[in-house]
Amino acid sequence: MPHDHHDHDNHLDPMDARVRALETILTTKGLIDPVAVDTIIETYAHKVGPQNGARVVAKAWAEPDFADWLRRDANAAIASLGYTGRQGEHMQAVFNTPTQHNVVVCTLCSCYPWTVLGLPPVWYKSPAYRSRVVLEPRAVLAEFGLTLPEDTNIRVWDSTAELRYLVIPMRPDGTEAMDQAALAALVTRESMIGTGLARVPA
Amino acid sequence: MNGPQDLGGQMGFGPVAPEQDEPQYHAAWEARAMGITLACGALGQWPLDEGRFARESLHPAIYYNATYYEIWIRALEKLLVKYGLVSAQELATGQALPAPAHARQLTPDRVPAALARGTPTDRPVSTAPKFTPGQRVRTINAHPQHHTRLPRYLRGHTGVIESEHGGFVLPDTNAHGNGENPERLYTVVFDGAEVWGKDAEPGLTISADLWEGYLEHA
Repeated sequence: MPHDHHDHDNHLDPMDARVRALETILTTKGLIDPVAVDTIIETYAHKVGPQNGARVVAKAWAEPDFADWLRRDANAAIASLGYTGRQGEHMQAVFNTPTQHNVVVCTLCSCYPWTVLGLPPVWYKSPAYRSRVVLEPRAVLAEFGLTLPEDTNIRVWDSTAELRYLVIPMRPDGTEAMDQAALAALVTRESMIGTGLARVPA
Repeated sequence: MNGPQDLGGQMGFGPVAPEQDEPQYHAAWEARAMGITLACGALGQWPLDEGRFARESLHPAIYYNATYYEIWIRALEKLLVKYGLVSAQELATGQALPAPAHARQLTPDRVPAALARGTPTDRPVSTAPKFTPGQRVRTINAHPQHHTRLPRYLRGHTGVIESEHGGFVLPDTNAHGNGENPERLYTVVFDGAEVWGKDAEPGLTISADLWEGYLEHA
């Protein structure tokens, strides 16, 4: 193996050797540039992540016109903040209300709105979540510490096509005086998937 | 295909177990696996639909034992061999002869634009919509060997058209090199009790985004 192994962890993981060998082959054959791979990784480490979605939600809470735009044309409204691209080509925003709570899943793979939430967490891709949240969402939400009122209906959105869903959680009480940056800090990744609620300010 | 990926309503996988403060990757190779997969996708040899089919075609015992990035790498290796970009022998030995850069190699300077553009799959269709919002529809009962995006748990069930989204590339053909054949896409809402009978949680509705050919009038 041409690579130096000392700068990586998981020396005993066979996948480590497998991916390393594959990257070497692809690089040798001119199919990839490892610097481009670095750039992709850095993009999702620093530029594209749930902080983007949190800004969308905070703006929707603070600006009714933006919320309306998000309802009518989520793609354009989200693109106006500069969030476009891979796995967010066809965005839809779904708004939680006191009577309907929305939860997103992809039972068939791991479809997820990358442009606003970044890379999906392991649990979102897990067979446990994908199999159960369409059948027993209340039991699944309880595992996230979320128990909804009995009279709140649950709508599960199975992302079976290329539409990508961003849940707009309800704005917590006691946030009237907060600016958009402070509001965004209340918006968790889970609240934008539907397995959580926005944080209540301390 | 009725493969291991089609998980809706399956049982036995245990609790979801979300991890507190989950790191973006659980090993350094996972980050490389993610980046390599996207960089190879940019070669434009196969559409995302075919990538999904390569993943769901893994043996169920492998699919359920693998982490998600391992599934990605195993599928990527299959596609690279299928399209003649890498040979099975090269994968087995880890050795390859140097070659000049591929004409569509993703260069670092092109990464930001490629990620910001993505791959839109909406396409114009000339036919009138077969269904309109509010109409009741039934999903077809079909068990194709090929890639499809109508999950098993929603086959043969009645729901209501909520919205129509225009034409989108049809995964069933596009995953197999048989053309994009765009069809109109609809969001269809199903009552929990229609899907799960007496075992449905009260107040549950499920929606899926389904192509016109997956639906018939109810």
